[in-house]
Amino acid sequence: MDMKTLYLIVPLAPLAGALVAGLFGRVIGRTGAHTVTILGVLIAFAASVLVFQDVQAGNTFNGPVYTWLTAGDLSMEVGFLIDRLTVLMMLVVSFVSLCVHVYTIGYMRDDPGYQRFFSYISLFTFSMLMLVMSNNFLQLFFGWEAVGLVSYLLIGFWYTRESAIYANLKAFMVNRVGDFGFLLGIGLVLAHTGSLDYEQVFQAAPGLANEEISLFEGHAWPLLAVICILLFVGAMGKSAQFPLHVWLPDSMEGPTPISALIHAATMVTAGIFMVARMSPLFELSDFALSFVMVIGAITALFMGFLGVIQNDIKRVVAYSTLSQLGYMTVALGASAYSVAIFHLMTHAFFKALLFLAAGSVIIGMHHDQDIRNMGGLRKYMPITWITALIGSLALIGTPFLSGFYSKDSILEAVHFSNLPGSGITWLAVTAGVFVTAFYSFRMYFLVFHGKERFRNAHASHGHEGEEVSHGHHSEPRESPWVVTLPLILLAIPSLVIGYLLIEPLLYGNWFGHAIRVETASHPAMTDMAQAFHGAAAMGMHALTTLPFWLTLAGVASAWYLYMVNPALPQKIRRRFNILYLVLEKKYGCDDFNDWFFAGGARLLGGRLWRWGDVLVIDGAMVNGSARLVGALAGMVRHLQSGFIYHYAFAMLVGVLLLAAWFVG
Amino acid sequence: MMEAMLSGVGLLSLAIWVPIVAGVLILMTGGDDNREGQRTLALVGAILGFLVTLPLWAGFDIGHARMQFEELAPWVPAFNVQYHLGVDGISMPFVILNSLTTVLVVLAGWQVIQARVGQYMAAFLIQSGLLNGVFAALDGVLFYVFFEAMLIPLYLIIGMWGGPNRIYAAIKFFLYTLLGSLLMLVAVVYLFFQSGASFEILAWHRVPLGMTAQVLLFVAFFFAFAVKVPMWPVHTWLPDAHVEAPTGGSVVLAAITLKVGAYGFLRFILPIVPDAAHELTWLMVTLSLIAVVYIGLVALVQNDMKKLIAYSSIAHMGFVTLGFFLYNPLGIEGGLIQMISHGFVSAALFLCIGIMYDRVHSRQIADYGGVVNSMPRFAAFFMLFSMANAGLPGTSGFVGEFMVVLGAMQENFWWAFFAATSLITGAAYSLWMYKRVVFGKVAHAQVAGMPDLDSREFLVLLLLALLVLGMGLYPAPLTEVMHASVNNLLDHAAQSKLVY
Repeated sequence: MDMKTLYLIVPLAPLAGALVAGLFGRVIGRTGAHTVTILGVLIAFAASVLVFQDVQAGNTFNGPVYTWLTAGDLSMEVGFLIDRLTVLMMLVVSFVSLCVHVYTIGYMRDDPGYQRFFSYISLFTFSMLMLVMSNNFLQLFFGWEAVGLVSYLLIGFWYTRESAIYANLKAFMVNRVGDFGFLLGIGLVLAHTGSLDYEQVFQAAPGLANEEISLFEGHAWPLLAVICILLFVGAMGKSAQFPLHVWLPDSMEGPTPISALIHAATMVTAGIFMVARMSPLFELSDFALSFVMVIGAITALFMGFLGVIQNDIKRVVAYSTLSQLGYMTVALGASAYSVAIFHLMTHAFFKALLFLAAGSVIIGMHHDQDIRNMGGLRKYMPITWITALIGSLALIGTPFLSGFYSKDSILEAVHFSNLPGSGITWLAVTAGVFVTAFYSFRMYFLVFHGKERFRNAHASHGHEGEEVSHGHHSEPRESPWVVTLPLILLAIPSLVIGYLLIEPLLYGNWFGHAIRVETASHPAMTDMAQAFHGAAAMGMHALTTLPFWLTLAGVASAWYLYMVNPALPQKIRRRFNILYLVLEKKYGCDDFNDWFFAGGARLLGGRLWRWGDVLVIDGAMVNGSARLVGALAGMVRHLQSGFIYHYAFAMLVGVLLLAAWFVG
Repeated sequence: MMEAMLSGVGLLSLAIWVPIVAGVLILMTGGDDNREGQRTLALVGAILGFLVTLPLWAGFDIGHARMQFEELAPWVPAFNVQYHLGVDGISMPFVILNSLTTVLVVLAGWQVIQARVGQYMAAFLIQSGLLNGVFAALDGVLFYVFFEAMLIPLYLIIGMWGGPNRIYAAIKFFLYTLLGSLLMLVAVVYLFFQSGASFEILAWHRVPLGMTAQVLLFVAFFFAFAVKVPMWPVHTWLPDAHVEAPTGGSVVLAAITLKVGAYGFLRFILPIVPDAAHELTWLMVTLSLIAVVYIGLVALVQNDMKKLIAYSSIAHMGFVTLGFFLYNPLGIEGGLIQMISHGFVSAALFLCIGIMYDRVHSRQIADYGGVVNSMPRFAAFFMLFSMANAGLPGTSGFVGEFMVVLGAMQENFWWAFFAATSLITGAAYSLWMYKRVVFGKVAHAQVAGMPDLDSREFLVLLLLALLVLGMGLYPAPLTEVMHASVNNLLDHAAQSKLVY
């Protein structure tokens, strides 16, 4: 089997699974649906491993699969670019997807839409793989919107729930705003390089470094800065960066497995991947990089704050995801693309783990998601407890765990960055370390330790629409093996993968040509390489640095506030009521969007319709001219008197006039 | 074998006359007593009419831009009027699209139409032949005759099988379009004299003309075609016509009739008056972008589903006219692709609305809600077509818009900017409607009782779904057919015809 067939198998196997489960779900039944889709993803994962071995041996591939269309001199193709960046993403996507597929058997066991769900998540896996394997902007955009479609379908999976179908429309719309910028960026790329193929665009890019574009009369901007920022707007939508982050918390209306797969581990990182893939473009514009870094910093810190006040277990993890995506974005802005991808990978493991653990807790709590109703669950759900602890420790950056290596590297990269805005960004992401530790362990303590509040809390259920088929008032029980096995599988890389991979990924030039950094003007990575003396030394050294102590302080304050002195948070809330309100309102972003954009568009549309179409065009012009014709006809009618001699006289006058005109 | 059989009569003549003859035959079978027979005859006629167009695709030579399958016979020798037919890469796809749509329309009206079935079916078949005539005519008079005649069946369809306000809508439609085409008649006569007594459209392409004459001709043709497209601000007949028309009428109106106007821009305006067209590009682009942005917003606030899709049609046709006046291959081919795609997608959406209307007898969004609970299979199709309407990649709706936006970017950033806003507005009006109609709990008792698709409806939607997906995933064969003709057109449009 040649490699090209193998590349094709990777995305097509999940697609086949999705089609079979989706179109023939009723025929093959539940077991058939999960068997066929899991088999598809398993094949994709196995093929990805083979591709990885091939790429590891030094091979790369860049070529077309088929020509999508041609127009003029332009040929748009569907094709693959297989290099180390791609293959890393393929492994992460197919592995997490596999875990989530298995987990879904347990989580969706009683759901009537079982086959449909498996079809969707396999379709998602296909789309995401096509996105990361693309060698051109067309296919990138294809995958980009296709994952958005599946996300839309899955957020609204429980389509009778008003909150779910509101959330999925919102997610699609906000992503479309991002895609709007993305499409314009792609358009500019084509207009100025004449190609949509990555390789050709990257080759042409240095020649554009000094070109300018004048969008407004008298203002010329560097072309590449405009292109990069427009492309990044797409990433802001998909990777939920401020101010296009608003859809991600609401996306938690979807079933938990997809929160793990799509809204934590893979789809939301598509923007990060895309910018890393575009590093040859972004490297040529310091302005764009600064922009990226500051947006990331805002997201990292301010979304973290919001995690502190959430009581829905999934929303805490969702805000944590937003914040971590901000960290990745910061790394991109600091030209530390490999660090961003490194954090993307570690985050995929520990965040998928946290989400799936949260899902396991939700199963145990009979679909109650309010952490105020939990507590003491470690006794009842030991595997979930230990794996969630591992995930939380990895997330907050405990030395030697995976999240530590990636996050600490981001802090260092910002520290070494010389771009405008890097100073304030460093402050934000460093403060974010404390916030992360605090909200993570607030949740951890409230769920797994302390009083067993679930005994008297079942009266107030939040989610009536969810499939509740177990009896209430029973004690939480550990989830079945299909749920806990993925937790264990994900806990292993959450523990060790950072330690194992930091050296090759960041400092061993493993990515090779897949990521391009202009080391002369952006020396952060080279400076970091000089300060790096091995993973073990990095872990030991960290014990003496500020981020470690901030982490510790965060955990300690969470422990004090929620375990030792649980009355205190209420007092603090009353004392700083305004601050609390600001957080409760999520800085007013949702209200503003609803009022300004959604309301504004409806108002404008209504006005244009009633005043433009109905009043002016139809009222004055169309029916007006009809009335005018009617009125004229009314006047002319008087000429038709019915007397023959009137007509004869008129004819005579006419003939005479004609004769006079001819003769004269 | 088929080709050998048909070699005596031209394929294009068959494409025109097979449906017309079938329509006349149906009319001769009498009243509603023969419903079943009339339906069968109509289906046979439509399928035959479709089959005779397939060799046009199979036998088409994509290597050159000359007219193919030409037929030439004298018609009115005194005025040099000829029965001259032929297609190139621009018109050929529309002949096939039109003949295919006719089959769908006959199927769609199978059970819904119970009164005057024969006349209904005959009207569609005759119209189908006339529309093929419009796309195949190479003689100015012949074109004009088909162009005018095709209005009559549609006028009757709206006026006889339409909704309560059908008379207003039918007359508005008729007057609007007639007014436009009268000016075109003047232009046709003028060109006859200028070209040395020829009605050959291709000869007109080579006639030198002064700037004043070009601008006047432009205005005359513009009104005829802009009304049909329809472009803003001569679009207000379309929502009314759609709302009142029966489902089949809406399908043909959206899928084919609108395309006639856009086709006129390519066959007449760009090659015959290239200098005036260049001079007035700013106006065309502005009107097109207003259609995209303004109409997109207007579509958002509609409460009537048919009106919403009608407005979305206008917005989508804005892409077509924008693409044409970009003067680059991406723009023109994108516009053509958009026309074909819109034929599939809007036809499918009107059929979907028709399917719901047949069950609940309402087009108001507020009368629905939670349709997915009672009609899951329908909901899946409706989702696909709504997404295609929102321009999702992988569906045909994406291809044309993507090409036109990329083509616009090569000319002007802001043109692309405003065109690309349809990414947002298109999703907003399509999916917001979908959410209110299909998702949610069952909102009304009548929704709970809606039966899911029957096999006939399923078949029609499945066919359209395959076309929408096929064209979205592999549009290359379509653009390859167009290349030679579009490049030729661009060469033509780039040469000045001014006489001093």
